Amino acid sequence: MVEVNQLSKSFSTEEGERKVLDNITFRVNTGEFVSVIGPSGCGKSTLLHIIAGIDEADGGEIKINGDANSPKLGHIGYMQQKDLLLPWRTVLDNVILGLELKGVAKLEARQKAIEHIETFGLKGFENQYPFVLSGGMRQRASFLRSVLLHQEVMLLDEPFGALDALTRHQMQEWLMNLWRTLGNTIILVTHDTDEALLLSDKIYVMSARPAKIVMSLEVDLPRPRTHATVTEPEFAKLKAKLLAQLHEK
Amino acid sequence: MIILVVLIVIWEIWVQFGDIPKWQLPAPSAIAQEIVASWSLLLHHAYITLQEIVAGFFVALIFGLLLATAVTHSKILERAILPIIVSSQTIPIIAIAPLLLIWVGYGLASKIIVVVLISFYPIAVNTIDGLKAINTDMVAMMRSLGASRWQIFTKLQIPTSLPYMFSGIKVGISISVIGAVIGEWVGASGGLGYLIKYSQPLFLTSRVFAAIFVLSIMGVALFALAGLVERLMLPWYYAEKRAKSASQ
Repeated sequence: MVEVNQLSKSFSTEEGERKVLDNITFRVNTGEFVSVIGPSGCGKSTLLHIIAGIDEADGGEIKINGDANSPKLGHIGYMQQKDLLLPWRTVLDNVILGLELKGVAKLEARQKAIEHIETFGLKGFENQYPFVLSGGMRQRASFLRSVLLHQEVMLLDEPFGALDALTRHQMQEWLMNLWRTLGNTIILVTHDTDEALLLSDKIYVMSARPAKIVMSLEVDLPRPRTHATVTEPEFAKLKAKLLAQLHEK
Repeated sequence: MIILVVLIVIWEIWVQFGDIPKWQLPAPSAIAQEIVASWSLLLHHAYITLQEIVAGFFVALIFGLLLATAVTHSKILERAILPIIVSSQTIPIIAIAPLLLIWVGYGLASKIIVVVLISFYPIAVNTIDGLKAINTDMVAMMRSLGASRWQIFTKLQIPTSLPYMFSGIKVGISISVIGAVIGEWVGASGGLGYLIKYSQPLFLTSRVFAAIFVLSIMGVALFALAGLVERLMLPWYYAEKRAKSASQ
């Protein structure tokens, strides 16, 4: 379970202090898929940086399973829009990076990774350099790098933002299936309403800067969902609610 | 390559039919004869010069890399050391070389020092650029995977800097040939620079050319060797470059 309590964050710029996050509070239950949606530049990425432990908040706290001091770096999965695979490592050696950093021997780490290579659609590309892969494959390799660490909480920062529409749809369905088998807690940041509605149990809407949580929406559409779900009337109703909030001035 | 052959042919014809004295400009054929005739002499002096280059280059490499690491890891060191290093490069090496003779004598050491002084700079400057070229998103990714500062340095920063470092190495190894010759020119008892200096007043012009030829072969070979090591160490870099140029 992830609890974000009264989080605030400012950056100092040339024009003085700029408040980015203003008293953000929300909660994600264990095994839940939650999306945070909001306008571009509203501080969604900053929020994930703080949850991941890469950045510090000015005020407030983040509790993981009730513990505000639980270690974050190395324990919370964090994926960005860019796949960030290291160009000098083969695909296999890229996905074992996290294990390697934890001190797992390379051979053992590679063996663990090979068990998952097929599920992640990377079979036959283990010993290639990343530049050979397609955008979708690179993202899946980047996922595998996090998944191999068995991190209970995963933060996804617009992971499919750079992919073409068709690949994005395939990746969304692939992610839903993966999440069903892994059962971990996911926080997804996006500005794509369809993506948020299709994937999530719950959606939090953030306002423009300084960002506040302005709406929380339960997505009670039955699972398993597919891309056909997007055309159902229930989906359209929720989408209308979401869009009304996002376009409110 | 064709241009080179044409130039040599023009040179040969010009000297043969232009009645130019041998002490002024020897024909390529005369230089070739000289190379064969004084092969063992050239080899003896080339070996001395090569020793100076290799020793000087490796000292410069170690010094350059340590300097680059120190400067990129500490803002204080960067501000304290870097301006001195940069301004030191404005002093002509030919002005320092005679001082080295006074301080360390006529032996190999003074030449090695000249080579170090001249070739550490491109290695250090390029490596500094490389170590600074890391992407902040990559650092965030490494940290979220639990990497320590040391792990970020060894597994991200160093590999990122390697292509830059090799650019510096290729420049450094080329100019270390110049450094060795300058060192010998100022005062030495052997080496190709010494051979050139002492053949010139005797009007052994074809021997001067023969020595220059051996020097340039040495320079080209060392550069090619550095390129080969680069290709072996950075297979990913060349594979990616090839794929990119093929798709264009």
